[in-house]
Amino acid sequence: MTAEGERWLPPPDMSLGRRAWLRQNLFNSWWSSVVTVALGALLLWATVRIGAWAISEARWGVVTANLRLFLVGLYPADQVWRVWLGLTGLSVLGGVAAAVYRGGAVRTLAFWLAASQVLLAGLAAVSELGLVAALALLLNVGATWAAWAAARRLPIAGRALAAAWLVYLVLALILLAGVGGPLPVVGTNVWGGLLLTFLLAVAGIILSFPIGVLLALGRRSDLPAVRVFSTAFIEVVRGVPLVTILFMAAIMLPLFLPGEIRVEHVIRATAGITLFSAAYVAENVRGGLQAIPSGQYEAAHAIGLNAVQTNLHIILPQALRSVIPANVGLFISLLKDTTLVTIGAGLLEILGIGRAVLAQPEWFGAQMEVYLFIAAVFFVLSYTLSQASYRLEAALGVGKR
Amino acid sequence: MTRPARLIPMLVAVAILAVACETTDPSPTATQTTTGPTDGLLSTIQDRGNLVCGVNGGLPGFSFLEQGTGAWSGFDVDFCRAIAAAVFGDADAVEYRALSADDRGPALQAREIDVLIRNTTWTVSRDGQWGNFGPTTFYDGQGMMVTAASGATSLEDLAGATICVQSGTTTELNLTDQMRALGVNFEPQVFGDIDATYDAYSQGRCDAVTSDRSQLVARRTTFTNPNEHLLLDVVMSKEPLGPVAPLGDDGWFGVVKWVVFATFEAEEKGVTSQNVTQMRDTNEDPVVRRLLGAEGELGALLGLENDWVVDVISAVGNYAEIYDRNLGPNTPFNLDRGPNRQWTDGGLLYAPPYR
Repeated sequence: MTAEGERWLPPPDMSLGRRAWLRQNLFNSWWSSVVTVALGALLLWATVRIGAWAISEARWGVVTANLRLFLVGLYPADQVWRVWLGLTGLSVLGGVAAAVYRGGAVRTLAFWLAASQVLLAGLAAVSELGLVAALALLLNVGATWAAWAAARRLPIAGRALAAAWLVYLVLALILLAGVGGPLPVVGTNVWGGLLLTFLLAVAGIILSFPIGVLLALGRRSDLPAVRVFSTAFIEVVRGVPLVTILFMAAIMLPLFLPGEIRVEHVIRATAGITLFSAAYVAENVRGGLQAIPSGQYEAAHAIGLNAVQTNLHIILPQALRSVIPANVGLFISLLKDTTLVTIGAGLLEILGIGRAVLAQPEWFGAQMEVYLFIAAVFFVLSYTLSQASYRLEAALGVGKR
Repeated sequence: MTRPARLIPMLVAVAILAVACETTDPSPTATQTTTGPTDGLLSTIQDRGNLVCGVNGGLPGFSFLEQGTGAWSGFDVDFCRAIAAAVFGDADAVEYRALSADDRGPALQAREIDVLIRNTTWTVSRDGQWGNFGPTTFYDGQGMMVTAASGATSLEDLAGATICVQSGTTTELNLTDQMRALGVNFEPQVFGDIDATYDAYSQGRCDAVTSDRSQLVARRTTFTNPNEHLLLDVVMSKEPLGPVAPLGDDGWFGVVKWVVFATFEAEEKGVTSQNVTQMRDTNEDPVVRRLLGAEGELGALLGLENDWVVDVISAVGNYAEIYDRNLGPNTPFNLDRGPNRQWTDGGLLYAPPYR
């Protein structure tokens, strides 16, 4: 077959360099050049306008003057060191974990924990919290690095580290809540700001994941009672808005409990968030379970594994790996949903604090500044989560196998 | 696929679901059974050791987190503190709960809060369903702010004008009612958010903005040129704002009521946070002596210490002190007391005799 020369496609343009890239992507025809110039001008104009506002007009004092409120809410000022100490523990353990778990996910989390503490230290230095708080935050960053450097040279077993995390969680909660004596009790009703947002999100993520996995297995179970219950739970919870669940937990619950029993609002909100996202985790995981070919089950049976062993060693590792992106998306949305706990319970997470701060006579009309700051905080948290998930996917070879 | 061991968390979840399902039952809860004086809300609160007070949580001058100390502050907050001072002798023994307009009624009905002090207008439907309204602490009314440039001096002058108003409020309904009664045509510019409403007005998108008078005055202080805006001399609605106690507990309602009255009475008798202990010890006026517990056993009738008023007044001051601290001339609001004067000055504050 003799193809004529003019029917052939021209060879791909392999020219390299910045200029070639520009010509290829932005100026490859006259109309594309027009669009590029127009959009570029628009972008420049918007940047200049926003930049000018942010530098000259914006009253960022609303953030720096109230930084403690934004960070820890009504947590007593003379006890805030306990929050910093808890953060130090997290930093140290984060550093150790980054060294022990070689996968990039934990290292990314530890890196962002350190990086956001550097940002926060910068903010704290110019705020009401002052240089001492800024130094404490920078020391935490140093602690993360030191722990990482030390742990790399030490043989630390994964199991020991997992146990350390468990101990840390318990100790941190005791540290924050207090037991009396030198560590006075600080009621959860005064926990607030970023501290509360963070705790609600972490508790929600840690608790909803196992419940969700169990529900997913339950929905595919051969036992009718378990299957019906799991299905009913998932469908009921998914059929109701989160706001409704939180409202029920915050306001309706006491109507059904004896008068003397008062469940802390933070616990009710955590339970509401956990149950809500467990239903979604369950459906994500079920998607992963359905993607596992039945040959896997048969093979497991053939080598004599029972149902628990099959699930633990064969099915779940594959199923959970494939639903990481969906679950992380869910957890990011859970993080942002924590702002709904103000409803009914009146818990002052970072957005609720923003609202109370905006009513200060000194800062009328500073909505833009406050909401931009809160948006930035949520962006850092969400971006950290999504970066860690990419690393986790890469480490586990999602989409490669 | 599921083993018995797996069942345990499942069963826990069943139990939780059962509770969750039950909570969806819309059983009428507004009318709770009346509790006796021994196991009333007052003793529950005393046992618990703090007062749970429902506030707005984001209303300038009334409840907000103070810059610097980070503590709750404001006109409504001071009345929470006054009640705590009466019950515990400690104005700081308060747990605040920031409630939205929609949450406040159910929170009262479920007794999630002991008292609601959240710029809540006293209406008959709320009185019947939410709780018992104590004495009005702040008489507000809907007003109208216009730009000086518009030259309007009355509602009739606003014919054809654009008026900014927040949607879904009684404010919006009052506006429509009033203008229809007057036969004035206008163009409403409706916003879902109160901040958006004022932003639009200050950017000149409306000729007028309507809201509670206290709010209009407060917001005017934030405009770049406050003098270019004026309040019309009209009051379009009655907005009596006061504390609300849960239904079905007369003893506790009495405490809430008399704490507010005590601040009125103290102002009338010239008792202030500065001179309260001195007046208790030296004043000869039997009315003052009874009020401050130097004479009689009136505190016991409410289930309080005999000198509870001393605790209240030394903690938050009398009504005038509370008003001036939060809304008075030395605040950005500089709000005229208007109807919130003593009855002896032609206002509406009138405390029944404390005897």
